[in-house]
Amino acid sequence: MKRYYQPEIETASREQIREWQNERLVRQVHHVWDSVPYYRAKMEAAGVCPEDIKSIDDLHLLPFITKDDLREAYPYGLMGKPLRDCVRIQSTSGTTGKRVVAFYTQKDIDLWEDCCARAIVAAGGSEEDVCHVSYGYGLFTGGPGLNGGSHKVGCLTLPMSSGNTERQLQFLTDLGSTIICCTPSYAAYLAESIHERGLRDKIKLKAGIFGAEAWSENMRRDIEEKLGIKAYDIYGLTEISGPGVSFECEEQTGMHINEDHFIAEIIDPNTGKVLPEGEKGELVFTCLTKEAFPLLRYRTRDICVLSSKNCSCGRTFVKMTKPMGRSDDMLIVKGVNVFPSQIETVLIAQGYPANYQIVVDRQNNSDSLEVMVEMTPENFSDSLVKITEMEKALVAELKAMLGIYAKVKLVAPKTITRSEGKAVRVIDRRKI
Amino acid sequence: MNVNQISVFLENRTGQLAEITHLLADNGIDLRAISVAETADYGILRLIADDAERAASILLANGNILTMTPVMVVGVSDEPSSLSRLLSIIAEGEIGIEYMYSLFTNRNGKAYMVFRVSEEERLCALLEQNGIMPVDKAELGLK
Repeated sequence: MKRYYQPEIETASREQIREWQNERLVRQVHHVWDSVPYYRAKMEAAGVCPEDIKSIDDLHLLPFITKDDLREAYPYGLMGKPLRDCVRIQSTSGTTGKRVVAFYTQKDIDLWEDCCARAIVAAGGSEEDVCHVSYGYGLFTGGPGLNGGSHKVGCLTLPMSSGNTERQLQFLTDLGSTIICCTPSYAAYLAESIHERGLRDKIKLKAGIFGAEAWSENMRRDIEEKLGIKAYDIYGLTEISGPGVSFECEEQTGMHINEDHFIAEIIDPNTGKVLPEGEKGELVFTCLTKEAFPLLRYRTRDICVLSSKNCSCGRTFVKMTKPMGRSDDMLIVKGVNVFPSQIETVLIAQGYPANYQIVVDRQNNSDSLEVMVEMTPENFSDSLVKITEMEKALVAELKAMLGIYAKVKLVAPKTITRSEGKAVRVIDRRKI
Repeated sequence: MNVNQISVFLENRTGQLAEITHLLADNGIDLRAISVAETADYGILRLIADDAERAASILLANGNILTMTPVMVVGVSDEPSSLSRLLSIIAEGEIGIEYMYSLFTNRNGKAYMVFRVSEEERLCALLEQNGIMPVDKAELGLK
């Protein structure tokens, strides 16, 4: 069985990887300077020109790109290729009303799918496998990314998308899926359903590739036990490409970053200074090969640690830990990015006070999101019909903004907890 | 109509109703009618008080959210079928009832119904045609 999808790359010497990175970084900085005026202006403001970047040792000279930049440059401001060269967009939530839209050339998609294929092979995938993709398809990168990777590996691919558990179970049993890709919470839910219905003997799963949200080692062991599989973590973000920016191997001690395409740095989120390997800080990515959306030094806001210790799998790519937290207030609910500022934007637009509280919980392995909003004299009415209609309109607006259902709970004025005069915006009750 | 109803936002919390009635009782407000409409998460308390203005200012001063709504009060004789006859008249006139509840008083040996309807003026006319007069504040002893 193949151990690597691209062995010559995945097991290259550190010197070789560094050489690729040096050469690609220099070329990429020129490409961005020439084709992305928005970033060129940032470089000029920082007093840096492409000639200053001679190797990855000079990377720290380049300015960061943040979510604010994505919002400001929305939708086309960070494109590195004209629209006629682009073949796809994918999208994720932004911090307020504007979404993040990422563009891809055919080559970008090709390389992204290679990254996903590496993850599938690392999880034991080959032409013999039936790969069941239960990530959402559409603007979300999960489904399209793993779907493409699965094709490249040559698996029989089941483009299931998310939800409809009955159908998922039917295909898992009838078509004998051997690898499943979905969010860890959905895997836990499926595992529970399979366990309850006594279907364990009817499924042929051997591996799962789970990402897009936080999960713990306990959760991993629980899923592995209930499904009789080995569970692999995968990491990625739309801004950088999608899933497969990094992936786990059989050692299960962190995710190998596809360093031929991405340079990872860890910085102090407060000062922006690069931290030495092994220290905990914010993960920053530079895309080396992306054409259409070539972000340099993008601040992910994910907090983690890098390690380049030798790995028993033979891969030489540096490994990152699971994200241990965020350096901003983004929440991940049902695998979807949620910013409190998005909720605030909707509330204000609908005439509610900006005093609200978000309660996130997880029951039966499924996340729930509740927004507590204070009733106001203006919104109150003697008619229950009017109030419930208003509530329904708010739920619909929140769904349109967030892409997921949020329950709205109307509460009496001045009942939302304030600590030291400052409202506590988010209560996360999930025990992950 | 000249009867004012107070509607108060109720959070779904044990004891909230008691807090409001205590507050009004402590201030000597006499409640003539009370009705609650609720969902799983919140409710609307609808009140007819002997002094609507004063009751409202007390409730507001205590941080409640409320609204005043004019409602129609109709007297029905305290015997079987009288409510049914009244509702038939409203139904035949194709007037929608948003909500209704009963109002208690020991005056006149009558029962009273409080109505919030879609077309108040038309209901008034319709009732008059049928020899039924909406009740005013004085008959109920309200300020």
